[in-house]
Amino acid sequence: MADIKELKKIAQQVRRDIIREVYGCQSGHPGGALGNADLLVALYFEVMKHDPSFNMEAEGEDAFFLSNGHISPVFYSVLARSGYFPVEELKTFRAIDSRLQGHPTTHEGLPGVRVASGSLGQGVSVACGMALAKKMSGDDRTVFVLTGDGEQQEGQIWEAALFAPDKKLDNLVLIVDDNGQQIDGSTKDVMYMGSFADKYKAFGWDVMKMNGNDMEEVVTTLKKCQTKRNGQPTCIVMQTEMGMGVDFMMGSHHWHGKAPSKEQAIDALGQLEETLGDFPAEEELVP
Amino acid sequence: MLTLDKLKSTGKKATRDGFGAGLKAAGDANDKVVMLTADLRGSMKSEDFITTYPDRFIQCGISEANMMGVAAGLATAGKIPMTTTFANFSTGRVYDQIRQSIAYSDKNVKICASHAGLTLGEDGATHQILEDIGMMRMLPGMTVINPCDYNQTKAAVQAIAEYEGPVYLRFGRPSWPIFIPEDTKFEIGKALQLSEGTDVTIFATGHLVWKAVEAARQLEEEGISVELINIHTIKPLDEEAVIASAKKTGAVVTCEEHNMYGGLGSAIAECLSKHQPTRQEFVATKDTFGESGEAEELLEKYGLGTKDVVAAAKRLLGK
Repeated sequence: MADIKELKKIAQQVRRDIIREVYGCQSGHPGGALGNADLLVALYFEVMKHDPSFNMEAEGEDAFFLSNGHISPVFYSVLARSGYFPVEELKTFRAIDSRLQGHPTTHEGLPGVRVASGSLGQGVSVACGMALAKKMSGDDRTVFVLTGDGEQQEGQIWEAALFAPDKKLDNLVLIVDDNGQQIDGSTKDVMYMGSFADKYKAFGWDVMKMNGNDMEEVVTTLKKCQTKRNGQPTCIVMQTEMGMGVDFMMGSHHWHGKAPSKEQAIDALGQLEETLGDFPAEEELVP
Repeated sequence: MLTLDKLKSTGKKATRDGFGAGLKAAGDANDKVVMLTADLRGSMKSEDFITTYPDRFIQCGISEANMMGVAAGLATAGKIPMTTTFANFSTGRVYDQIRQSIAYSDKNVKICASHAGLTLGEDGATHQILEDIGMMRMLPGMTVINPCDYNQTKAAVQAIAEYEGPVYLRFGRPSWPIFIPEDTKFEIGKALQLSEGTDVTIFATGHLVWKAVEAARQLEEEGISVELINIHTIKPLDEEAVIASAKKTGAVVTCEEHNMYGGLGSAIAECLSKHQPTRQEFVATKDTFGESGEAEELLEKYGLGTKDVVAAAKRLLGK
């Protein structure tokens, strides 16, 4: 049985990490990162079978791909907090000579990252490839992949949406972060996409919905998908709030790709109590 | 050591047939080798592999971008994926997928591209890519190989399957003379000397190697001593061989079925301008698209025929 309280504590520290990473380099994407903290904590601290000593091939392990690479601050925090690399390294986010590039990459050898992402729409295809390889090798573990909702506007997504059901990749779980926001505005205003659930159903996927900011629901839903083998890939349409956990960052696209000022960062951290110890930063933010 | 006398055409087959044969051999040698295609299995001449190893054949439909990503995922899990489609759809159409998910991510994916260049023929310019070597050569870490006949293509496929890292393998559609002896060793990144000479060096890649062989014979008959070097691996370039030959002859002709910008000619010029500045003639397309027609007619019309190689060499020698 999952300790939901403990997972929430971790997610809170991850949210602090996100603010401190983005403040530290005065760039990055805090909004979507905050919204996905619960999902990534659930995956790495409860749901997935994975080994932080890091095996690129993920043989016998579950694997996660981050297709919307711009929410890297949450990915880095969760990887560090689950033991892939030292938590202290979070202070190098987006700095020169760092393994923590603006968008995740394998290029600098950061443990936990299996493919570069940033140019949108590519991660689902890569996840399909790994899910297919697992099928070919008789490895019954599950491949998870996260995309943004705005990212669903990329054509390659729909090529992969055809591919996965055709190849009966029921070991693949695609999570669409349906926060309704993208960098230029609300997804409704930028490019109306209708219902993701209807679209994926029509493409032959098993569709589920969950509130991505309700830890208990996230854990329960992910675990259900993890063991489901019915010949169909799964798409979870996940409602989240961009900027979740920081009141002035919630509910709009304005914090999609913007760093907080010192005052704003102090305000944000005041709303997120330290639970696991902060990583050491150049500048400590105290009210 | 090869000489012009030993380079006899022993028959004709397409380089894509060489790909099919090489793929089967690579598949026999290593069960991690898998083939992907985007609705062009027939064109890739790979039925032997597909029928022998149906579980290692992945039909992706007409979705090249997805195919590149799937290949990256398969490689992440330890497979050796070979993506197959026409050269145009293997490069320009999916440049960003190759750049991010394969090259930057350092994935062991082999991009196997048929129907490159003008010799694709009647389908015309939409399909006749003449920019692909340039695009692929610019990607950090990408190995770029353009074999010249059936035997060399077959050997190249087996070599890239054993090599760890992303590779772009370019070959073609038409039936073409087979002239590289079957037992010739294929070494990635190593120039293959086809004849020794002192007056002019001809560096050639792909289908144009045969044109260069014919040209070298003519030039020799006219008393011009030709050093003919096959550059099958355009990247990494065998700089040592290129510099040594340019130093010896002081005159260089480059021959390729590609635009004059970005391909073999550019690669050689970049190398020589730094280490051994040498006068150079480019037998390549002159910054133009192609058109419909038969392969040989097109090579003739766009200045990639035997006589064009001969003329280029003579211009350099003031003859």
